[in-house]
Amino acid sequence: MASHVTPAPKRGNPVRLILPLAVFAAALAAWEGYVRLNGVPPYILPAPSLIATTIVTDWPLLRASLFTTLQTTLLGLVLAVLGGVFLAVLLSLSRIVEYSLYPFAIVLQVTPVIAIAPLLLIYMPQDAAVLTCAWLVAFFPVLSNTMLGLQSVDRNLMELFGLYGAPAANRPLARFRSRLKALWYLRRPAALSAFLTGLRIAGGLSLIGAVVAEMAAGSAGAGSGLAYRIIESQYRLNIPRLFAALVLLALTGIVLYLLLAGISHLLLRRWHESALSRDA
Amino acid sequence: MHDISKVFANGVTALAGFDLSIRAGEFVSLLGPSGCGKSTVLRLVAGLAAPTAGQVTWPGSTNADHRSEIGFVFQEATLMPWADVASNVWLPLQLRGVSRRDARERIAESLALVGLEDFAKAYPRELSGGMRMRVSIARALSIRPRLLLMDEPFAALDEIARFRLNDDLLRLQSELGCTIVFVTHSVYESAYLSSRIAVMSRRPGRIVAEIPGEPPGPRPKDFRTSPRYAALCGQISQILLEQTEEHL
Repeated sequence: MASHVTPAPKRGNPVRLILPLAVFAAALAAWEGYVRLNGVPPYILPAPSLIATTIVTDWPLLRASLFTTLQTTLLGLVLAVLGGVFLAVLLSLSRIVEYSLYPFAIVLQVTPVIAIAPLLLIYMPQDAAVLTCAWLVAFFPVLSNTMLGLQSVDRNLMELFGLYGAPAANRPLARFRSRLKALWYLRRPAALSAFLTGLRIAGGLSLIGAVVAEMAAGSAGAGSGLAYRIIESQYRLNIPRLFAALVLLALTGIVLYLLLAGISHLLLRRWHESALSRDA
Repeated sequence: MHDISKVFANGVTALAGFDLSIRAGEFVSLLGPSGCGKSTVLRLVAGLAAPTAGQVTWPGSTNADHRSEIGFVFQEATLMPWADVASNVWLPLQLRGVSRRDARERIAESLALVGLEDFAKAYPRELSGGMRMRVSIARALSIRPRLLLMDEPFAALDEIARFRLNDDLLRLQSELGCTIVFVTHSVYESAYLSSRIAVMSRRPGRIVAEIPGEPPGPRPKDFRTSPRYAALCGQISQILLEQTEEHL
């Protein structure tokens, strides 16, 4: 008999943190050196140090843009989670709803959303169009992953539920209630890990959706998000600022990912296989 | 407990003319080749499936729903991986609306019965296969069933764990006085455990022989090496062999 396993110690291997940081620092140094030694003009390729100074000097402008993009991304993500989970639960409760709606969800998912963005801009005010775009892209990973999770309950557990649960009822209302019960006790926790996978994907996609929509809107001459700053800087040949906005976008994506991965780890670490460290 | 007699006839393929009665306090093994419908029998008894023809009857009771008296143990432990051991054991009571506080004593008792009182806070993935199966048994016992249905519960375990659980199961039965119907494809396991062994034919399954075994209760330490046990195993094997030859 195996003894009680204590929770695995944290993976505190410093090499795994130091190595990528060293590679990153080396790349930056090579870039800086190349620009300085060859005297590359900043409108062709700005040095990392110049990009850093630009972030500081243009901060008031960039901060406002960052805030706009962040707001769109997070709001889009929250709405996508609410909508995706709600629809997934609805589809899992009723076969009829599932059969009649799910195909459309897939059609919308496989349509490249950048193609919808100009249309949205025609029908909606610009803010709403950008938000809708972010929501649309983030919505489907949440929906399809949550649905997959809700359906992946152990069949024996469902039988056990039937055995110990409420008596098999023939009245539709009672049947619906027992389905709700199974949803809450079994499907909800069973779906958690798949949902969190969807959430991690959706976080990144929501940012992409926001950027795509901002670019579509930006080329029409409106907007104030980071993507719009990029387009604007390109027109004005303000390449250092273009890079600065790009860096902020990348940082946003990284922070968002780390945040969602952290949430997922917190929720799953006690029981899920994926949260087990390999040497446990 | 009243005695149960059931007559199934599942028209399609699984069972045909299946006939078995079970008396209170028995330990009945259903033994047969793979796919002969042993599990189907359990599912019919549990009410998880309905027979195509024939009836499952419980004399001495007019209530059609016997699920409150039945504990079910699957081949796999079938635990909820997201819940700790105590919560897993709580599930059947929880589904009946018993609060955690009211169920606490019963959960502790059930865990003590299977020797896992120290593992209430552990998660299933932290346990070995044998311990998971113990949790599964504790869960089935939490409602103090009068009838315990077990579907090849120890098939996936190593022999040492299986022997220990065999002995534990016999002890539990004598402590709790429940009736057990045990599905297995192991001749030796059925001979060791059962007070009666019902041998089933190939599909469509029916009972071809009923062999009396040892009365319920713990076995003496040397039972596995006793001539009585060897004779029992030989007798059962012989019947199974005749079964397979008939169909070759």
